[in-house]
Amino acid sequence: MALHDIRLKVNGVEYTAQVEPRLLLVHLIRDVLGLTGTHIGCDTTHCGACTVLLNGEPVKSCTVLAVQADGGEVLTVEGLERDGQLHPIQEGFREEHGLQCGFCTPGMMMSAYALLQQNPNPTEEDIRFAISGNLCRCTGYVNIVKAIQYAARKLHPPQ
Amino acid sequence: MEFQTIGKPTPYLGGEDPVTGRAVYTDDLRLPGLLVGRILRSPLPHARIVKVDVSKAQRVPGVVAVITGQDLATKYGILPVGQDETALAVDRVRYVGEGVAAVAAESVEAAEEALERIEVLYEPLPAYFDALEAMNAPPPWIHDDKPNNIEREYHHHFGDVERGFAEADYVREHSFFCPRLNHAAMEPHSAVASYDLQGRLTVWSSTQTPYYLHRTLSKVLGLPMNRIRVLKPYVGGGFGGKDEPLPHEIVAAKLAMVSGRPVKVTMTREEVFYLNRGRPDQYIWLKIGVRRDGRITAVECKVVQDGGAYCSYGIVTILYAGQLLAAIYDIPNIKYDGYRVLTNKPPCGAQRGHGSVNTRFAFESLLDMIAEDLGLDPVTIRARNFLRPNTRTVNDLRVTSYGLPECIRRVVEASGFFEKWRKLPYGRGIGLGCSHYVSGAGRAIIRSEMPHSNVVVKVDVDGGIGLYTGTAEIGQGCDTVQAMIVAEVLGVNLRRVRVVAGDSDLTPLDLGSYSSRVTFMAGNAALQAARQIRDRLADVVSRALSVPADRLEFRDERVFDRENPDRGVSFDEAVYMALQESGGTLVGKGAYSPPPEAQGGTYKGAGVGPSPAYSYSASVAEVSVDVETGEVRVERVWTAHDCGRALNPLAVEGQIEGSVSMGLGQALTEQVVMKDGRILNAGLLEYKTPGLLDHPVIESIIVESIDPEGPFGAKEAGEGSLAGVIPAIANAVYDAVGVRIDRLPITPERVLEALRKKTRTAGRPAEKPEAVVSASADA
Repeated sequence: MALHDIRLKVNGVEYTAQVEPRLLLVHLIRDVLGLTGTHIGCDTTHCGACTVLLNGEPVKSCTVLAVQADGGEVLTVEGLERDGQLHPIQEGFREEHGLQCGFCTPGMMMSAYALLQQNPNPTEEDIRFAISGNLCRCTGYVNIVKAIQYAARKLHPPQ
Repeated sequence: MEFQTIGKPTPYLGGEDPVTGRAVYTDDLRLPGLLVGRILRSPLPHARIVKVDVSKAQRVPGVVAVITGQDLATKYGILPVGQDETALAVDRVRYVGEGVAAVAAESVEAAEEALERIEVLYEPLPAYFDALEAMNAPPPWIHDDKPNNIEREYHHHFGDVERGFAEADYVREHSFFCPRLNHAAMEPHSAVASYDLQGRLTVWSSTQTPYYLHRTLSKVLGLPMNRIRVLKPYVGGGFGGKDEPLPHEIVAAKLAMVSGRPVKVTMTREEVFYLNRGRPDQYIWLKIGVRRDGRITAVECKVVQDGGAYCSYGIVTILYAGQLLAAIYDIPNIKYDGYRVLTNKPPCGAQRGHGSVNTRFAFESLLDMIAEDLGLDPVTIRARNFLRPNTRTVNDLRVTSYGLPECIRRVVEASGFFEKWRKLPYGRGIGLGCSHYVSGAGRAIIRSEMPHSNVVVKVDVDGGIGLYTGTAEIGQGCDTVQAMIVAEVLGVNLRRVRVVAGDSDLTPLDLGSYSSRVTFMAGNAALQAARQIRDRLADVVSRALSVPADRLEFRDERVFDRENPDRGVSFDEAVYMALQESGGTLVGKGAYSPPPEAQGGTYKGAGVGPSPAYSYSASVAEVSVDVETGEVRVERVWTAHDCGRALNPLAVEGQIEGSVSMGLGQALTEQVVMKDGRILNAGLLEYKTPGLLDHPVIESIIVESIDPEGPFGAKEAGEGSLAGVIPAIANAVYDAVGVRIDRLPITPERVLEALRKKTRTAGRPAEKPEAVVSASADA
């Protein structure tokens, strides 16, 4: 199969790669770049465990081809920390017990990140809607909502 | 006594890893030369394998190894009495999706091409997809040694039900049906195996039961256990789906041995559904007799479970369904007939609340029906039947602490139950459901007298505390809770404790994360190990300070005289003093075995059901029912759970919320739909687990009955509250629109159908469950 040259930025780092046109973005991220924090839970775009940001928008990276990300910017869970400090979303999931097994967590956090970028002061309804495409089987979602509220407060403290 | 660590809401130790992508799950492992393993699966539900030809597959470029059932012909199974599986089918396939051959290749593409080139000649056999049909089918049986396709049947009779029903003022019976479910843990199963030049096999697996895997690998592969190392990386949820040795783990190991290269076998989501091991389809017929005041005089129950093609945990599941009719209410007479039936479907196994959930749905529903007939409310009829703490049930289960009354009181109060029940407008309703569960099984699955849990605590010159445990953290928080117990005993900061877990080369035997056993059993072992260290340190410090050892307090990283707190040494100094005196490393070893009184009776099947302690739960659900569409929406759930003592309240609440969520799914949406042995909804869109928009507000309430034998009084928290949620919802639907849904899930179609029927035949009692009764009688 003909290979395509692609160039993309992942977590701020420039990468070039030669990929088959059928290669999925999630496989590029996990298998080529070795960033295994992005998980595969269902292969069929329903669970959201593979959610990453592509050009600022949350996408399920198991339904995006790597070639579609050519020239784009990708943010994965590994790109959330800054200078060894957890991002408030990461802190929220840890402190509010927003995770149990942790498998859905990276995807959840990426959806939450996109939400808070667009809507710094989300209501509980906004949060529920924004991450309704991400499944969690452990938590009953209660603390996931709390974790995102924690992050929202920390990023935009009430005046 | 005031605790320093216990009882404080504590985020998981190492919780930074999953939030940063550093947590390594099995599929994340990368090893040099790693091959991709794939399994060829049967397209037929039941067939003889006439021939398997792998020659063309072996010639596919990139293929390194191909194996078939003949290479792994040793039978195994989680139960000593259920050794009926092989890792790949040898001469017969018994369900669609059963493995027939496997390949290891340099790439996914090569592996998949090789699978396509394996030629299998099948000779189809008659197949059965329903338990009642399978029980009445002629030979050939699905397993030649299981006549009538019955894996096992039990006929228990405790007390005297004939007398009990004769003494009853009112008797009512009803039948129920619950469908096949899948755990749908977010992480698909994965195993990686590597075989080194010294002839040692290493297996990493997303398993809840590393020790059982270890034993099974040894048996099937013919390697002594001491040449096998089993490691459990991060596990992305289990719920029972990963709590027995599974074919792909053995296949990965064999492929690694044959190829001499490391091999990874990761399931697709579709494969997870065919691997299954979830709750079985279940017919339930239940009859309860009561006195006018609601006091239960007798219970009779028949259960037929469709266990799929192999035993798996089946014999345990069918026993739990009957045994746990007891130990929640005071029932003087119980008769139980349970049939575990084989069909040509993927094997069922253990799923959260193992065996007890479906009969609990039936029981709590029927109890409400009877209460209404007698003019009692749901709380009163339950209260009339409370057990007393420290009793033995009619089937020889020992109950110690008993927090059910408190659970009911708390949810009734929090939900404003009596302000709403029978008072909400048509279309809105509220319901109550209760449940209980074991804090670990009183007897081990394997026939063994060894302790069920062992923990080693080591302290060395750096003052760090190593906690070595064989338990399997799967997200429930067992690493953290064991560390909290050790930190509490030694009076140190939690961060001083490092947990080393789930590595058979380093950690002692633990039976694993199933039957909600870990906090109780491994917790007790950790407590004992930590106390040994404490005693040793107390001895040294006591002599050095001339203070009696029993006056020493371990607190805030110090060891000091309780009566003169200034007189003391730091924890590090105490460790140093002890090491100076005796050298080496300070080692504490703890072990837990359930006491004989908690191991049940002597009758056949008595080994399932007994536990050192039972948890208790009560749930109230408030629902709205759209009478036009039949859609049920659960608005709010209040769940109170008696976990003995909440060692880590954050984790306990998390377990309650997760259980409510899974109960919600089972109540409203979840079922594996099959046709001719194929699964029609083997994916996470079609198999509908609750998403955030389906979710009610959940209010979790912790009840602490302080169990006399649990570590610091703790009991289980991970499973017990699930079962009560389902009848709470069903009872709420009845309160809302007056229809009794006795088949799960409570779909809009079923609600509409019931509403239509109700208008047609208002006032008529429910139909008798003829099908189940006659099928059982024939068997």
